[in-house]
Amino acid sequence: MERFAEAAIVAVALLSIVSVALILIFVGKEALPVLFSSLVHEEVTPASMIFPHDVNGHAVFSWQPVSEVPKYNILPLFLGSLKVTVVALLFAVPTSVAAAVYCAEYASHRVREFLKPALELMAGVPSVVAGFFALVVLATWVQNAFGTEHRLNAVVAGLGLAFATCPVIFSVSEDALRSVPQSYRTAALALGSTPTQALLRVILPAAMPGIGAGIMLGFGRAIGETLIVVLASGNAALVDANLGHSTRTVTATIAQELGEVVVGSAHYHVLFALGSLLFLVTFVVNVITERALYRARQSLKGSR
Amino acid sequence: MIHRRTAIAFLAVSAVSALSATVGCARKSGESKGGGAPSSKISVKGSDTMVILGQRWAEEYMKQNPASTIQIAGGGSGTGIAALINGSTDVCQASRPLKPKEQGEVKAKRGHEAVETRVALDALAVYVNAASPITAISLPDLAKIYLGETTNWKDLGGVDHAIILYGRENNSGTYAYFKEHVLSNKDFAAATQTLAGTSAVANAVKGDAFGIGYGGIAYLEGVRALGVKKDATSPTVMPSLATAQDGSYPLGRYLFFVTAGQPQGLAKAFQEWVLSPPGQAVIESTGYYPLPKT
Repeated sequence: MERFAEAAIVAVALLSIVSVALILIFVGKEALPVLFSSLVHEEVTPASMIFPHDVNGHAVFSWQPVSEVPKYNILPLFLGSLKVTVVALLFAVPTSVAAAVYCAEYASHRVREFLKPALELMAGVPSVVAGFFALVVLATWVQNAFGTEHRLNAVVAGLGLAFATCPVIFSVSEDALRSVPQSYRTAALALGSTPTQALLRVILPAAMPGIGAGIMLGFGRAIGETLIVVLASGNAALVDANLGHSTRTVTATIAQELGEVVVGSAHYHVLFALGSLLFLVTFVVNVITERALYRARQSLKGSR
Repeated sequence: MIHRRTAIAFLAVSAVSALSATVGCARKSGESKGGGAPSSKISVKGSDTMVILGQRWAEEYMKQNPASTIQIAGGGSGTGIAALINGSTDVCQASRPLKPKEQGEVKAKRGHEAVETRVALDALAVYVNAASPITAISLPDLAKIYLGETTNWKDLGGVDHAIILYGRENNSGTYAYFKEHVLSNKDFAAATQTLAGTSAVANAVKGDAFGIGYGGIAYLEGVRALGVKKDATSPTVMPSLATAQDGSYPLGRYLFFVTAGQPQGLAKAFQEWVLSPPGQAVIESTGYYPLPKT
């Protein structure tokens, strides 16, 4: 009986891995013609996706797939994704880590029992609701507060994303802080450090690998989120550093344009290439952080 | 996190395709019954501009023919045309005629010529915020604004503030129509914010004192339509039933039903009803204009 249950669980776990692998293969396969198909290369090449187009003597990075001369430069899109993700993390990391520290170290048992589920409930807010809130309410606040030129911009979209990323970072960070052994705290206090010193020099560093993992999850959530940015970013493919300007992300582009394309056209394959590139970015960032966190964990063990 | 979401999307897609396969079978069995009024199901997909119109038509038609089911979906003319090419919709609603390339693809994939039928008339309105001092604009000035050559309202007699551009995403028939008829097929300025649906554009302009947008005449709530001049010296024409029907409004356009080959069965009955006086009478209640009587 037990063996049967174990086999069933293994099968279910394998199923999810296999389906993810199949999706990757499918997306990758649909992206490959961008590299190899001469038919696609009549419209777009990997080089033209990266290097600027020449428009009347100006070098322009332009995403204009429906045009006399289709232009598929990915720079504005990845810049857009980067802008909203950075804004989201700048807001979400300090607030959610601080909330996690409060919850794990300072809050009384009763407050904690209320606070943690309440904050985690935020993760259950559908992203379309968060996006709509950003579109209707946040956008007006941000424009009134900062006088931004565009009502819908990277800041509004980033704050909307922070709404989705905060609960993720908070929850994982809080668990990490709580799993720091009690002996660390008592030892630090016994050695004469104040509670604040114990927190900053002992507990936080010990929980860092876990908090880092939470931030990584938050990053993945922010860069992959679609609906919030479709609604709140304005979707203009601009290339500038101004956070008050409208911005277009990779995910929003795929969501808005994939419904239209004729299956097998150059535009279709480019959208799949965008999806593959986005996956590659999150994968590489994940691997790098995973390694850094591993090293951090090792050095913690070594210094014990 | 991403993996799980992708997996969910994947499952959803497979569920939907399984479902549509079932619907496809159901449709066939419905058609084989024959006799009397066609009792079956068709899907109508395409232009966001026409979604409300299509829904009102479908409601009225289904009230009179309870055995028929007509599903209306939006997504944009481009989406509808792609669906027609891929065979996933029976009728495509389009706010622009098909391009030769698209006609070729319908012929190649469906085996029939694409048939376009004019079903209604629309005047593409240029929206500004209700507080804007501007009342009229010429087509060349409008083109300069959307090409990014004119960027400040003061060049048009307004206040000294940047013009905030709103438009549609590129699968929209309205996008294609505007690009062709106003921009002479040049590219929109990169600063144009692309929003999903005409109502989103109207809403954005409603909330932005320096915004400008464009879309169907039916979406005028909270925004003001500008009078349009063909060029700097021609008279200003406001969008209206009369000016759209007699062709004096420069941005009047036809709205189409597109089918692969002549429509059959329910699609045929529905289209004939739409073109009949009761069908045309529905149009005005949605803010669009009926076809001129010939």
